[in-house]
Amino acid sequence: MTDRPSETDVPGVVLAELRGASKTFGTGAATVHAVTGVDLAVRAGELVAVLGPNGAGKTTALSMMTGLSTPTGGTARLFGRDPRDLAARQRIGAMLQSSGVPDTLRVGELLTAFRGYYPAPMPFASVVEAAGLHGLEDRPFGRLSGGQQRRVLFGIALCGDPELVFVDEPTTGLDAEVRRALWATLRDLAGSGRGVVLTTHYLEEADALADRIVVLDRGRVIAEGSPSQVKSLVPGRRVRAESAVSAAEASRWPAVHRAVRDGSTLELLVSEAEPVVRELLARDRSVTGLTVTERSLEDAFLTLTNRTEEAA
Amino acid sequence: MNAATTTTSTTTITTVPTGRGGAASPRYSVRRALRVYRTEAWQELLKLVRIPIFAASTIALPLMFYVIFGTAFAGERAGGVGITTYMLVTYGAFGVIGAALFGFGVSVAVERGQGWMRLKRVAPMPPLAYFVAKVLMSLAVASVIVLGMSVLGALLGGVRLGLDQWVAVGLALVAGALPFSAMGLAFGYLVGPNSAPAVLNLVWLPMAFGSGLWIPIAELPHLVQSLAPFLPPYHFVQLALGTIGASEGGSPAAHAGAVLAFTVAFLLVAAWGFRRDEGRTYG
Repeated sequence: MTDRPSETDVPGVVLAELRGASKTFGTGAATVHAVTGVDLAVRAGELVAVLGPNGAGKTTALSMMTGLSTPTGGTARLFGRDPRDLAARQRIGAMLQSSGVPDTLRVGELLTAFRGYYPAPMPFASVVEAAGLHGLEDRPFGRLSGGQQRRVLFGIALCGDPELVFVDEPTTGLDAEVRRALWATLRDLAGSGRGVVLTTHYLEEADALADRIVVLDRGRVIAEGSPSQVKSLVPGRRVRAESAVSAAEASRWPAVHRAVRDGSTLELLVSEAEPVVRELLARDRSVTGLTVTERSLEDAFLTLTNRTEEAA
Repeated sequence: MNAATTTTSTTTITTVPTGRGGAASPRYSVRRALRVYRTEAWQELLKLVRIPIFAASTIALPLMFYVIFGTAFAGERAGGVGITTYMLVTYGAFGVIGAALFGFGVSVAVERGQGWMRLKRVAPMPPLAYFVAKVLMSLAVASVIVLGMSVLGALLGGVRLGLDQWVAVGLALVAGALPFSAMGLAFGYLVGPNSAPAVLNLVWLPMAFGSGLWIPIAELPHLVQSLAPFLPPYHFVQLALGTIGASEGGSPAAHAGAVLAFTVAFLLVAAWGFRRDEGRTYG
């Protein structure tokens, strides 16, 4: 089901890459397979969304690409080097989950310190503007609201004027306005030729932002492609009707992903409604109460990840 | 990065990554490395002075103990010298070790929990700069404690030493910040951020007593005396007492060897913890 864009579809050199990367924690019976055999490449000028439910291995994949952890199998490369190499990490910026800053340090001090780690940092004023930190420069980190703290962490990710930016669930806990501002900034980053890797568990976010979506579930890549390609893989409509047709029979029709009977009601999750409705009316002339509804992207995404669970 | 440099942006991100595949000259890198070390040290200092209660308690507590115990045992002698002279060394050691253990152990544990370490690890910062900054801070706090205690000893306790002895005992005490920073670092990696202060107190206070830092070792029960050589502070304080000829015995080389061995062991534990932290987060 993986439908990769061909090499020529996406311009730009490969900035970061996982090849057959696996990561396990613990040993023996307690071994946790965080990710298994993941292939993932990020090119210049490309915004890649790594999409998956909690615990899918998104953060682990990011950790391996940023050099925070090493794969137990396969390889991770950053600008053709080991990601732990300082020279490679000088060219990236990362906004990670579960990272924080001592409460007493002030925003301006933090930005100055992190800019000092890089050979050609982004100008201070540009960082402040891109991360929306105007007027907060003298505030201690501990006195900021949660949303402001996230913006500071985003600013820290930009300090090195990175060629590749990693953002791990950046909009979790942000209000709608701030989220949209961050989305615009991420698009700008990709538009200026940088690579951006975003993890999210919202298909809506991936759909709105990404050039390419990689769907991770239980540590494996289960789908990859443009947002429209990924969306076409998931059943986007729900057909309900009072019908005598059995769920088993309906589940064999084309475009039907799942059929469930609830009392006298037949419920079908379908990728295309029209052929299914035609089929249903042809098989059962006594159909009543027919409805076709659009499913939210979140619902559709849940189906995609559940399906692999059933197959496993 | 040719593809990257040909595009331009019209919005907030106006700068474009400028292909720089590690072209920085070595001299520039050295200067930048120095700046990073200076920045780290400056941040440690800011954190220290912005929570003055931590610095104050770390510094004031041993000074207060010195005055209280020095008064309680007034007129007695230990190790062949006056009690205030003897206790200048033992309470000086108590202060220096406490500052190193807590300054290092608790702050490393808390900053691991906070995610500050994680943020630094993903940045192109040499991890050593972070630890060197903390060592410098331990040395600075140790110097303040030793200086303060020396002033108290000379003015109130009637401690009289030759200049060479003042310098020798002062340097010996301050140098103690180094091995016990290693011990603090190991604890910082072994314990969780919330339990760090409690665990350290549970370990440190009995260890201080058993090493003869509070009451001269010769006055402790025999069982405690026989256990003392297994405690790192015992060897350190005997080395420091040796500078004023008040050591309980044992060759300085043996004590120095023991301190060195403990230090290496603690550094190995810390290195193991540093690697174990890879990919791990705290809630």
